[in-house]
Amino acid sequence: MKNPLDSLWGTVISGVVLTAVLYVFARNFLG
Amino acid sequence: MENIDLVAALSRWIHFMAGVMWIGLLYYFNFVQVAALKNAGADGTAAGITKHVAPRALLFFRWAAVVTWLAGAALLGPLFVDAFLLRNGMGPIGIGAWLGTIMLFNVWVLIWPNQKKILGMSPASDEEKNKARRVAFLASRTNTMLSIPMLFFMAGGWSHRALFGL
Repeated sequence: MKNPLDSLWGTVISGVVLTAVLYVFARNFLG
Repeated sequence: MENIDLVAALSRWIHFMAGVMWIGLLYYFNFVQVAALKNAGADGTAAGITKHVAPRALLFFRWAAVVTWLAGAALLGPLFVDAFLLRNGMGPIGIGAWLGTIMLFNVWVLIWPNQKKILGMSPASDEEKNKARRVAFLASRTNTMLSIPMLFFMAGGWSHRALFGL
């Protein structure tokens, strides 16, 4: 599988996905 | 005005200025220089970038990272521990602080030592240079990826508390 960080679009999309994951974590699990 | 307000105001100002320089140069490396070096390598003009631009950009890049982190720590002040332990309503900004800290680590431990080898500032064989190129590239791309949630949590973590149900 190709590393998404090899392309700029892959890097940006990975960053957006990570933002969504961390947001769900912060919204539901942090006081 | 309380002294602590003054420290917080100055820290925030410095944190923003240094942060703009750090992340601005990070985006320059990733969005401009990587592609430019590829083309410059093809027509034999890469030395202009690697000799005159990259070392200067890396100098401001790595020290701006340190200043950003220190000013951020000063801005957190007594809330520093709460932020890093993600507690007492400091979770969102704490996530931003953790991401920024990981990025600072990448700059000083993965990007800078490997860039020194690539740019001939420290001795390295061709094989070591090739390995250094890949490690520095991936660390830089990782920081670009991490900057996206980092800026979301930094910008929204404190003032947009409703977003997190706090």
